[in-house]
Amino acid sequence: MSDDARFGLGRTVKLPGPLRLDGGAMLAPVEIAYETYGTLAPDGGNAILVCHALTGDQHVASEHPRTGKPGWWSRVVGPDKPIDTNRFFVICANVLGSCMGSSGPASIDPETSAPYAMAFPVITIRDMVRAQAMLLDHLGIGRLFAVVGGSMGGMQALSWTATYPERVASAVVIASTARHSAQNIAFHEVGRQAVMADPRWSNGDYYASGEGPSAGLAVARMAAHITYLSEAGLTEKFGRKLQGRDAKTFGFDADFQVESYLRYQGISFTDRFDANSYLYITRAMDYFDLAEEHGGLLANAFRHSGTRFCVVSFDTDWLYPTSESRAVVRALNAAAAAASFVELSSPFGHDAFLLENAELARVIDGFLRAGESR
Amino acid sequence: MSQLRPDLAIIADNVSPGSRVLDVGCGDGALMAALRDQRQCDARGLEIDGGNVAAAMARGLSVVQGDADTDLADYPDAAFDYAILSQTLQTTRHPDLVLEHLLRIGRRAFVSFPNFAHWRMRASLLTHGRMPITRQLPLRWYDTPNIHHLSIDDFRDFLKTRGITVEGCWFLAGERRRGSTMANLLAAHAVFLLRR
Repeated sequence: MSDDARFGLGRTVKLPGPLRLDGGAMLAPVEIAYETYGTLAPDGGNAILVCHALTGDQHVASEHPRTGKPGWWSRVVGPDKPIDTNRFFVICANVLGSCMGSSGPASIDPETSAPYAMAFPVITIRDMVRAQAMLLDHLGIGRLFAVVGGSMGGMQALSWTATYPERVASAVVIASTARHSAQNIAFHEVGRQAVMADPRWSNGDYYASGEGPSAGLAVARMAAHITYLSEAGLTEKFGRKLQGRDAKTFGFDADFQVESYLRYQGISFTDRFDANSYLYITRAMDYFDLAEEHGGLLANAFRHSGTRFCVVSFDTDWLYPTSESRAVVRALNAAAAAASFVELSSPFGHDAFLLENAELARVIDGFLRAGESR
Repeated sequence: MSQLRPDLAIIADNVSPGSRVLDVGCGDGALMAALRDQRQCDARGLEIDGGNVAAAMARGLSVVQGDADTDLADYPDAAFDYAILSQTLQTTRHPDLVLEHLLRIGRRAFVSFPNFAHWRMRASLLTHGRMPITRQLPLRWYDTPNIHHLSIDDFRDFLKTRGITVEGCWFLAGERRRGSTMANLLAAHAVFLLRR
């Protein structure tokens, strides 16, 4: 363990900035909440940045302060895990726009001394990545051994390789995509409209009232949650089973177990997540199109890339299906980049990347070890 | 280091050290690992079976899950010194197109395949009148992945009509190498080194 105050759990740094955002605005200061695990090698060559998904946070392998649950990827990150904190120095930072300590709509706007709310600038995946690069500068890390992420974390990993190719030796991109499809945007828009239709949203100015648009946010989460699961998984888990009753009530209670489950998922989400952050981050994902940033040709994003890539999809993921990963791999091959790709089997849909999966563990472990022997 | 299959050993022995190599149908990556560890090659693989791909990735190899029939078009021209197709040609839907891609992507190509005109095949077909089942080709007609059987002479003819140059050829009977005399009858397996 290092005595350096920059390293450890529950860290926050306020960087002066300004950070020039893709939308044209300047953000200053830039606050970043992050955690580090393991020990940075003297040459700094063992740093792995783990990027979290839409509603994830920096607590990748430590207990969540609000829910008390173990870190969201403690199956993968930790001592003797595939991302082995005995060997690697792991960094996980809350993304820009989120609500777990990094600058976002709930942060105080220095101009008004009140929360930004909708005055917070719209951000992109690349803005998140630029903020992470500022954090790495602060930590004294030049080049990453690897950047790793699933879902939106995978988008950040891809964006890292295109934005700072010289700073990334390897990238692991799991259950992700190089652009949001019309269907992806459509589902997000349903969620945003659910939030905005809640009268308590109040055009985003709900922080002083103490009551946010939790009903709308819960509906948004319910709709999104369906996209994280597979149809077969839902059928296996719930089927048409009734919730704590023997017969239908001919009413609108949660008769079915699946309804009860989704309501619970929706409500518990509102305890830990800010509705405006949900709007901003879903927007960033919708704006993500790596090819568009590179003249419309995805391969251009990886041209002359010295980064090794490991792309993984899951056969029951219909949110970011295998075809999206294949599009990334096609572009990597066209750019003659060092790429690996495998479609793993799992009944759990998009959520599979967060769950126990021995093959995923083996693939990540093998890929990282191959990087160490180079 | 486990023993390489004989046709793979021939290929491994004849790849120049330090080359860039694409192994099409690389299985669990045995040849790629040998080329990386013994010949310091930069090896990439393409493999259709997900279990094989995961196994190869777990040993640190760069392997992409995909199909030789559809995914070779994604690779740029002359991206590799060698493109390798071992025991895979006869399983492809369009072997001619696959070979064209191989010689486009690689400056040279290694191709190995079982010889359907080997005397055991001929004898089996002649005596029993049924599709032969041998150690080399152990599956029955309806469950075999080998949908385009060929003989050594078929392959030579094909190369001639397409103007493809043979830089080397090796023949196997059982586990042992043998000469090129009457190879179409006596060799169970052939390895060719080709270029455009």
